[in-house]
Amino acid sequence: MLKLTGLSKRYDTGDLALNDINLSVPAGQVMALIGPSGAGKSTLIRCVNRLVEPSTGSIELDGQDITRVRGSKLRQARRQIGMIFQNYALVERLSVMENVLSGRLAYVGFWRSFLRKFPASDIQQAFNLLERVGLQTMFDKRGDALSGGQKQRVGIARALMQNPKLLLVDEPTASLDPKTSRQIMRLICELCREQQLAAIINIHDVVLAQQFVDRVVGLRGGELVFDGDPKDLSPDILTSIYGEEDWSVVDDDNDEPADTSAPAAVDIAGAHP
Amino acid sequence: MPVKHVNNVPVWQRREPLKQYAIWAGWMLGGMLFLLCWKVISDNTIWEFMYDAGTQAGSLIGRMIPPDWSITGSLMIPLWDTINIATVGTALGIVIAFPLAFLAARNTTPHPALRAVALGIIVSSRSINALIWAMLLVTIVGPGIFAGMLAIALRSIGFVGKLLYEAIEEIHPTPVEALSSTGAARTQVLAYSVWPQIMPAFAGISVYRWDINIREATTLGLVGAGGIGLQMNASINNLAWAQVATVFVLIFATVIVSEWVSAKVRHAVI
Amino acid sequence: MSSAGTDSAALSTLEQQRIEHARAGRWRPLPLVRSRRWRWAINLSVLLYVVLAWLSVDVNWSRVAQGMERGQDFVASFLQPDFTSRSGEILTGLWESLTMTFTATVIGVALAIPVGLGAARNIAPLPVYFFCRGIIAISRTFQEIIIAILFVTMFGFGPLAGVITLAFATIGFMAKLLAEDIEDTHKEPLEAIRATGGGWLQWINYAVQPQVMPRLIGLSLYRLDINFRESAVIGIVGAGGIGATLNTSINRYDYDTSAAILLLIIVIVLMSEYLSGYVRKWTQ
Repeated sequence: MLKLTGLSKRYDTGDLALNDINLSVPAGQVMALIGPSGAGKSTLIRCVNRLVEPSTGSIELDGQDITRVRGSKLRQARRQIGMIFQNYALVERLSVMENVLSGRLAYVGFWRSFLRKFPASDIQQAFNLLERVGLQTMFDKRGDALSGGQKQRVGIARALMQNPKLLLVDEPTASLDPKTSRQIMRLICELCREQQLAAIINIHDVVLAQQFVDRVVGLRGGELVFDGDPKDLSPDILTSIYGEEDWSVVDDDNDEPADTSAPAAVDIAGAHP
Repeated sequence: MPVKHVNNVPVWQRREPLKQYAIWAGWMLGGMLFLLCWKVISDNTIWEFMYDAGTQAGSLIGRMIPPDWSITGSLMIPLWDTINIATVGTALGIVIAFPLAFLAARNTTPHPALRAVALGIIVSSRSINALIWAMLLVTIVGPGIFAGMLAIALRSIGFVGKLLYEAIEEIHPTPVEALSSTGAARTQVLAYSVWPQIMPAFAGISVYRWDINIREATTLGLVGAGGIGLQMNASINNLAWAQVATVFVLIFATVIVSEWVSAKVRHAVI
Repeated sequence: MSSAGTDSAALSTLEQQRIEHARAGRWRPLPLVRSRRWRWAINLSVLLYVVLAWLSVDVNWSRVAQGMERGQDFVASFLQPDFTSRSGEILTGLWESLTMTFTATVIGVALAIPVGLGAARNIAPLPVYFFCRGIIAISRTFQEIIIAILFVTMFGFGPLAGVITLAFATIGFMAKLLAEDIEDTHKEPLEAIRATGGGWLQWINYAVQPQVMPRLIGLSLYRLDINFRESAVIGIVGAGGIGATLNTSINRYDYDTSAAILLLIIVIVLMSEYLSGYVRKWTQ
């Protein structure tokens, strides 16, 4: 349902952040985007909903070309794409409920949203989403009163309020501890399967990605270098993406799958700042 | 770390020699400038008056104490006028400064030309004291509290506008990005991600300016723009210093109250 | 998926009520002021004030309408400012204002340091504290022009009274902020230096000053700006500077000259702002 053709981005400084990306994501597929820092993962995600303007190439959402649309057409396209951010991007002074409801801003007029008079169906949906992510008693709390994991769950609820067809997820677990990271990844992937959402998850924890996603795409220096099954991530492939390293922990197929009581996986990519 | 070598023994210095010389040169320049200015002032001063100052001060204080409490009743309405001048003037100034700040902030302005115009208005308003505005307005709209209110408003636009646009430029950009990505209209993005972030600053700045404006409003009467300054002007012209003292006491009391209110509100809106 | 569990029993009835309402699709954000009594009190007093103020403000609209023409003259004069007819007076006035500003700021900041030290609760003995706080209170309550009137009476007409006025105002402004800064300083460096056994002055120089100095420089530049603007006004009461010329030109409806003076003031304030930004970066 998302099709990227020949997508490139060259910044004013001359950096070629993305080079001729061709990618197709069918509905309901959860795809992980891996690669070293500076490979263009964030740029790619932001090009899809035009937070960053691509230099060349095209973006098709459900058959519609959204590469150059502007104004209300752009907003309509964005409504169908939900985005989850690395640092949660909540409005800290607003309550959790207001943050979740802000996912519906595109569907509600200015004054109704300003006076917080959202339709009952929206409020019910918000409440149900908060229940689904386990925060149904916290909707009156201020955004900054939550823990990192809780904030990210609010971010997830906000993205889903849009009833999107595609989820863009930018490093959802970078600021979270290992256990919370797994909880969040599991939650995102379960929700995608429940609602048949396509998702592109920008993530640097390869082990985490392998455990939950359907497909892995590797980016290096702005170019696509791998596209396939998570099980196919051999040490050679990882070297071609990240460079020379001891990948022995990743390559052990005899490990118990999804063992949550196991100690936290080593961060292979080493991209934690 | 700057190190000097004396007889082959390293000695720690606080600063690099060049920087040290620059600082000394700066002080010398400042000192010379100061002496120059002092000479200019002194040339224009009749120093005989200076020697008299002690006795003058003494006699002035003698005439002011005890204050003439009899006029207190007649000062109540002018005091009320002064408070109104400050409050209405501040409100008016804020209403105009608010959109201006959005036009002047780098991250919310729709066009650089508009930004330049908004900044120009803010700078002009900031540079001219309320008293000067009052002098001008009295000749245009006539004496009275209306001139006073406009004077306060015009001065407040610059103060509030500047602090507000600086606050707008300092917000976190990620919530703004997040809300834009949901497809919300620009105004909604501003209302939901920019406004909540600047709200405490806005309240603090407004109340702070109101507090300052109370003080400024007390003087506008000197040029005819209403308030307690009118009575003060009259008493000074009549050399009725005991009355002036009463006015001072009232001003002091009012400022104490307004400062208390201002501190309370700024504390509550963090 | 279980949340970091809040037991239903631990929620208040209000919270449970809100949860049930939200489930049914009804939700409003919690009000800013939680207590109902306070909300009513505030809203009522605001309404009362607006009504009273509306009744007491008496605007002579016919006079305003008459004045509009003069208003247009004034705005038009900005497009044709007259720098030449009174250039002599303007130049002397501006030069006087600038010198007054600089002198007064230097003297004011210099004197503000001892007063500020004396007004800091954590380093000053009690009687000194009260005395310094008193000076600060008087300086800050009364607008510069009121103080100017008093000093003109004492010291006679001329820029000297202006310098003393602005210096006095500067002392109040700087000393208060300085005292607050000192009271806010981290205790550890203060105690550490005290523990080395140095004298009181050395303690100030090594422990208090470094924490307070950067802000002092920034504030002095800000005060320089304020003092210049005030110096353009106190001339009205005879304390020197360009205020007298400005006042005369306004009273004579000589708006072209007024516009010239105002434009010069705006330009000088702009330049001083650039300069102070530059100096601040250089000293940081």
